[in-house]
Amino acid sequence: MAYAAGVDVGSTQTKAIVIDEHGKIVGRSLIDTGSNVVTAAEKSFLAALEAGGIAESEVGYIVGTGYGRYKVTFGDTQITEISCHARGATHMFPGTRTVLDMGGQDTKAIRVQPNGEVVDFCMNDKCAAGTGRFLQAAAVALEIPLPELGLTALRAEKAVPISTTCTVFAESEVLSWLGKGKKIEDILLGVHKSIGTRSMALLRRVGIEPEVTFTGGVTKNQGMVAVMNEMLGLKMNVSEESHMMGALGAALFALDRIKGSREPVAVKEGAR
Amino acid sequence: MPDKIDGQSIIGRGNAEGGRLFREWFATLTGAAERGEPTAYVFVMGSIAEILRAFDMHLVFPEINSLQTAVRRVAHEYLNTAEDYGYSPDICGYVKADVGVQLRGGAHPMGKIPKPSLAILTNACNTYLKWGEIWERMYQPRVFALDTPGSRSARTQNWDARNPDFEHDRQYVEYQLRELITVCEEITSKKFDIDRLRETMHYTNQMTAAYERLLEVNKAIPAPYNALNEGTIYLGVANALRGTAEGAKYFQDLVEEMEYKAAHQIGTLPQEKYRLTFVGVPCYPIFRRFYELFSEWGGTFVNSTYLNFASGGTDWGFQYDLHRPLESLAEGTLMGLRHAMDAMFFQNQWLVDSIEPYHIDGIVYHPIKSCRTVSTGLADNRRAVMEAHDVATLFIESDMMDKRVVSEAQMKNRIDAFFEGLATRRLHAQATA
Repeated sequence: MAYAAGVDVGSTQTKAIVIDEHGKIVGRSLIDTGSNVVTAAEKSFLAALEAGGIAESEVGYIVGTGYGRYKVTFGDTQITEISCHARGATHMFPGTRTVLDMGGQDTKAIRVQPNGEVVDFCMNDKCAAGTGRFLQAAAVALEIPLPELGLTALRAEKAVPISTTCTVFAESEVLSWLGKGKKIEDILLGVHKSIGTRSMALLRRVGIEPEVTFTGGVTKNQGMVAVMNEMLGLKMNVSEESHMMGALGAALFALDRIKGSREPVAVKEGAR
Repeated sequence: MPDKIDGQSIIGRGNAEGGRLFREWFATLTGAAERGEPTAYVFVMGSIAEILRAFDMHLVFPEINSLQTAVRRVAHEYLNTAEDYGYSPDICGYVKADVGVQLRGGAHPMGKIPKPSLAILTNACNTYLKWGEIWERMYQPRVFALDTPGSRSARTQNWDARNPDFEHDRQYVEYQLRELITVCEEITSKKFDIDRLRETMHYTNQMTAAYERLLEVNKAIPAPYNALNEGTIYLGVANALRGTAEGAKYFQDLVEEMEYKAAHQIGTLPQEKYRLTFVGVPCYPIFRRFYELFSEWGGTFVNSTYLNFASGGTDWGFQYDLHRPLESLAEGTLMGLRHAMDAMFFQNQWLVDSIEPYHIDGIVYHPIKSCRTVSTGLADNRRAVMEAHDVATLFIESDMMDKRVVSEAQMKNRIDAFFEGLATRRLHAQATA
């Protein structure tokens, strides 16, 4: 039996997923990308194989995705994370019509058709405001471990308005609020709401149609999930695998190629 | 009779000749700068080249000069010169590159740009008017602001000369053109010769007829030329050599080449997979790469709004009546400017109407940071097109001059995703057919 694999090389973390012929996840891994993108892709892939107890020779097709997709040198083809997140989300939550993917330096709103076809997409413009990087900057400024950021924000009483749109300046704005005696929880909720507002603008540009599925690394942040649910006025689909959705979508595309029954994305020959 | 033509000898002729004509034109400008000959600074929308050429004036197109600095990858040097002088990063990149050229004494990658004896401004773009004021302060040239009464009607304007409102507007423009003739007589010390005007208008007529056919011929599959990169060459010649025998012949030859290519199914790529429309102004700082981001996927731009609005009205095929040259020039100038404005602001219906005859798979919107005139409204335009027709669209933002706001990696990501979507769309369409 041939397995299929997807490797999502993100700006912060690299994810790999191996699936069997039924699309069931049999191996997964997540590592920090670090400075060597090629090595990160290899390590992540090998770790996913090891987790699933699968030999490399058993993998029939590998799709690379994410900003470092062309660094998946052992991959058979590359597909953008836009298509992969849409594919993964509609596979895991078939009712998905809108996807919000919040990663390390990209936030994307994607509208999909019931068949998984991307109808429209919109991404943050050339800066990291409104992405996971914004949260990282706040975490550093407030000296709070990243995993605790969301839960801390949820203890807030009243959000402090964060007006800057620049990730670099956000740090100084956060510090200035601290200097004015504002509570850390309230500042953090303000940071989350600031990101939420920018994400809502992206979502509105593609058109918000339920169900909305939340993907990407920031799905691990419960505060962000709560803020987005409140702003959207609905409960987004989130799962334990949401942060792996790009890799899952890539693996599903790889499985398509193995089966040859569906060829949803063209292979671009010779393009890098 | 395409089959009687030696195809190998004419394929690629348009690009090569376009380059040659452009180099010669800049060489002429360099000579004019050295000799201090009368020169008019004009814009692509409303150059009134026919009158200026009748007085043997040199024409400088600052917009073309500026984009040439970007294509030649030195725009940042000129932009920096202007910003060091005090201009904001948010000001029109064309203006700033031109200010950089002027502050460097006319030094330009293509040659030396002469100083203006005359500047012709039209109200087709607000920035044109402010731009002219910069030259006024620098050189005190004669400044002629052509005021054309606006009438924006989504390309459904009635050009009926019997309409009294239109006739009043036409007369208003004609009166201004007569003023311009007087100004040109003063600058050049030459007497106006109406037969020279007829001659330049005759060449514009020839060019216009050929240009119209050129746009038409790209309905062929595969498209014989790419409207983005090759189209920019054609636009340059259409503007720079408007009203000249060389310009007219260039487009007649170009049509011959493209008709031959169309008849023999010769396209621009080994395999044309997707036919696209381009909306906006190209990304000149990475012009070749920008083209490749689409061509690598088999995407060809078969038409563009740029070939309409930046052609100064050439695209819609108005033929001057040489029996009444000034009257007709006023009519054509008025209509041409109105048409250019419509081509900029009321694109959505043209885009929808073009989808089927040009066999369009997708429309690429490219708003640019430093030109609000062409970019404002594109988001709304896109929504209107998508509501009217089930067509794939892409919205990518960068700039026509400033590489600081061009992020190739992010652009590529969006373009790749667009083509993935086009492929999926095509497969689903085939599956349900």
